[in-house]
Amino acid sequence: MVRETHRYFKFDWITIILFLLLVGFGWLNILSASHTGETIDYLDFNEPYGKQLMFVFLTFGLIILILSIDSKFYERFSSIIYIISMLSLVGLFVFGKNVNGATSWYAFGGMTLQPSEFAKAATALAVAKYVSDLNTDIKKFKDQIQTFILVVIPAILVLLQNDAGSTIVYAAFFFVLYREGLPKIYLVLGVVVVLLSVFSLKFGTIITSVVAGLVIFINHFFTKKRPHFFQPLLILMACIILSSGIKFFYQSALQPHQQDRISLWLRLEKDPVKLEKMKKTFAYNLNESEKAISSGGVSGKGFLQGTRTTGKFVPEQHTDYIFSTVGEEWGFFGSAMVVIVFVLLLIRILHLAELQKSQFSRMYGYAVASIIFMHFMINIGMVMGLIPTIGIPLPLFSYGGSGLWGFTILLFIFIKLDSNRINEW
Amino acid sequence: MRKFLLFLSIILVGFIFILRLFYLQVYQSQDHDLFEDNAIRKVYDYPKRGFVYDRNGELLVANQPSYDVMFVPREVKPLDTLEFCSLLNINKEQFLEIYNKAYHYSPWLPSVFIPHLSKEDYAVLQEKMRKFEGFYIQKRSLRLYQTSIGANVLGDIGEVNNAIIEKQPYYKMGDLIGKQGVEASYEDILRGVKGIKFIQKDRFNRDLGPYKNGIYDTLPQPGKDITITIDAKLQEYGELLMKNKRGGIIAIEPSSGEILAMISAPSYNPNLLVGRNRSRNYSKMHYDTISKPLYDRSLLAQYPPGSPFKVLNALIGLQEKVVTTDDRFGCRMGYYLGSRRLTGCHSHYAPLSMNDGIAQSCNSYFANVYRRIIDKYDDPAEGMNVWSNHIKSFGLGNYLGYDLKIGSKGRIPDGNFYDKWYGKGRWVSTYNISNAIGQGEVEATPIQLANMAAAIGNRGYYYTPHIIKQIEGETIDINYTTPKHTTIDKENFEPVVHGMFDVYNKGTAASLQVPDIEICGKTGTAENFIKINGVKTQLTDHSIFVAFAPKDNPKIAIAIFVENGYWGSRFAGKIASLMIEKYLKGYITRTDLEDWILTHSLEDEYEKPYSGHSFGINKESTLQVIPLDESLRSKKEPNIKE
Repeated sequence: MVRETHRYFKFDWITIILFLLLVGFGWLNILSASHTGETIDYLDFNEPYGKQLMFVFLTFGLIILILSIDSKFYERFSSIIYIISMLSLVGLFVFGKNVNGATSWYAFGGMTLQPSEFAKAATALAVAKYVSDLNTDIKKFKDQIQTFILVVIPAILVLLQNDAGSTIVYAAFFFVLYREGLPKIYLVLGVVVVLLSVFSLKFGTIITSVVAGLVIFINHFFTKKRPHFFQPLLILMACIILSSGIKFFYQSALQPHQQDRISLWLRLEKDPVKLEKMKKTFAYNLNESEKAISSGGVSGKGFLQGTRTTGKFVPEQHTDYIFSTVGEEWGFFGSAMVVIVFVLLLIRILHLAELQKSQFSRMYGYAVASIIFMHFMINIGMVMGLIPTIGIPLPLFSYGGSGLWGFTILLFIFIKLDSNRINEW
Repeated sequence: MRKFLLFLSIILVGFIFILRLFYLQVYQSQDHDLFEDNAIRKVYDYPKRGFVYDRNGELLVANQPSYDVMFVPREVKPLDTLEFCSLLNINKEQFLEIYNKAYHYSPWLPSVFIPHLSKEDYAVLQEKMRKFEGFYIQKRSLRLYQTSIGANVLGDIGEVNNAIIEKQPYYKMGDLIGKQGVEASYEDILRGVKGIKFIQKDRFNRDLGPYKNGIYDTLPQPGKDITITIDAKLQEYGELLMKNKRGGIIAIEPSSGEILAMISAPSYNPNLLVGRNRSRNYSKMHYDTISKPLYDRSLLAQYPPGSPFKVLNALIGLQEKVVTTDDRFGCRMGYYLGSRRLTGCHSHYAPLSMNDGIAQSCNSYFANVYRRIIDKYDDPAEGMNVWSNHIKSFGLGNYLGYDLKIGSKGRIPDGNFYDKWYGKGRWVSTYNISNAIGQGEVEATPIQLANMAAAIGNRGYYYTPHIIKQIEGETIDINYTTPKHTTIDKENFEPVVHGMFDVYNKGTAASLQVPDIEICGKTGTAENFIKINGVKTQLTDHSIFVAFAPKDNPKIAIAIFVENGYWGSRFAGKIASLMIEKYLKGYITRTDLEDWILTHSLEDEYEKPYSGHSFGINKESTLQVIPLDESLRSKKEPNIKE
């Protein structure tokens, strides 16, 4: 019995407390964003806040379940979990329910379930399992490709379901693999492609090429062991081709609404009439969300007192735009606290991951932190107008049972793995 | 190193987010103000605007309902535009223009489609309104002038402009405010305080209910009724007499400073500036730069006061002890300095003492008195200052301080004025001898001259003229009930008052006597000039008259200017006698005077400068005779009731 009691103290309570803070505060904001009228019936399951309260209670059952399963289970059955999860994504093409243009839900009576929220945890397990295998060397190209396939399968599946936001989240695995020894060239390539894209769209191909050329040649002449003169020329050629390719991709491959979002984000549109029109159409959400956050001021208007929240000025406020409620009602202090709690949670997970004895646990921990980080960065960045509009929820905060459970599973499997580390000591 | 990539990314992103939050919420944000918050609809509840009564309790200004056709562009459903347009008397192009303009402004906000429907149009439209989705009728309150007179006194109300909104945040776009006259002066009292309701709305502009259960809402406070000092009957009579003439009349009750009548001719019906046709009528009158119906001649027009000004010089002469009532001065059809004639005069016996000087309005007499006043001091500038201060103590040369928003200062020169003009010590009293007879550099408005007459009638003091008699539940400004004393001693007034009495008795107004009323008056004739195509051209003199009656304890003091009416008793004197009789008796015995005024028009005279031909003035002035409208004549006998 003594041993049993002891075990509970081996769970990382700091992570659990941060988790509870986010879920609790998230629910308060969902209540504020979704309640209508004067009376609040907490058990009204027709209202988002009522449903979410139920989801939160069910979450505790889920947590107990996850923590009571032996930690070896997750490693051992990771492939099976992955396959089941992928099948559930494939099944959507047959049985899926279309909501807002995305076919991402299974409907069971009144309930809906979004398998893509669980696929993240499954992919994290599978990748961790595959790479930590003694036969796998991430520095080898063949293994890189196989790992890449593991990540790309769910990414492509959710993309085909018109859920582009969730696809981008799978980029999180780059952090995991880089930590485990993925060659630096991928990081350099990734950064260069992103910078080139943004520069090309913002300043045009010519300016971008000139700047790229300058950087490459300055780098060339300051390098001590100079490679052959053709090498920088080739790199520059590649850059120019990439730069014009980006423009072409932007104009022909992207859908008009995606073009508009990027054009607004990079402030490409100068015509004030068109800008005003944008604010009334696709940029409406962003514009209202920024206004709501801004109107909160330093200390906010108070819980349930936000006029823009009460007036439902920000569409989808209880889901993707929940952070604007925090901004309006809790002001700068409240919003900054939410950001800080997220940062603390992420750093705590990273810290724990680094303490892991097994590569599997460490990789899994890294995957948890990376996935939550991607969501955090994209969601809050979007709501504040720092990055283009990409529809993904704020982890543990936004309304939605699948999302809450998906992140709970993701996080608590790691807490379980981590408690085992202490056990094995 | 590899393990720091994600760690640093997390820290960096967190830091950027907090900076962005700081920018949005601390740097860019303003304090939460309910009035600025466009998530809160502000619904105003406009109180009843106060009524205006005349001194006898006659209702002059009330309110009337008006109906605006409103619409929300997005809610308009396809409709039978032909029928709708014919109901509103517009064509389809106008319909589309109004619709598109409002849609462009905001598809979700209510806009005015047609303002101020008449009751008849409203009745017809109301039955069919349900056929036109998206349109509705909003009731508003407009002014209803129960009279066709006193437009310049009563004023009007109109929508506030941006300049007013910026200065006075009480007013919001579309609110009404008093623009002129009493409506402007007593705006705060008449308008009351509007109530406000804060309504929480959603992003489609739909109402969700009261914001915080209405704890910030307020109830409207109704405007208060006021009584003004105007005697509507006298005002109406004065406006009738001024038909076909231009000029201003002010009548004051000397014992209180209350303005009994305030007439500016030409005038207009105050109902022209109400409702749908307001802006059309307003611009029409605004751009009439020749007869200027919107220009209040009784308060704004500065004329050379002419001969009535002489009585002030007589008073100052006595006060400064430079002349006695018995000093006689000669007149050789003018005042001469050496062989140079400084001012002309008309034929009368000479030499004259003060009494006859006033009664005969002798220019030479007052030129002598004026020189004695100025030359009493070695420095003419000092003499000029003494003279100027005496004049100004009668309320001339500066704003009188009455409770209407417009006015002119007039002009009374002092020593400094001529020092600047000629140079210090380089002028003497003869340089500005015209001031002796109310010409030259002096100018005054009708209300200033009426106030001067009141001060003389009171023998040395006046009350600041005012238009407010009573405010429901309030007392009026103490400034209007405090006498202002002139610098002239009381005993010096009697000989001057007697001189003015003799103007009627045997002087220039002998033909204007009214049975049983002792009137003291003074005729005036003032030269005047305008520029035609840049050439200074003299026009027929202004006809001026100043009077008070009865001689002792006067009940009315009056000043009348009739532009280009030639000599004083020709137009102004007759009108003065008639108005005094009307006010004191209530009926007219001098019907000969009334008939003459009603049948003589100066319109042709006013046309002359704009005709483009050369024209003659004064003796060659034209007097247009118009047929008499019997219905306009006053009663000859007192009412039995009265």
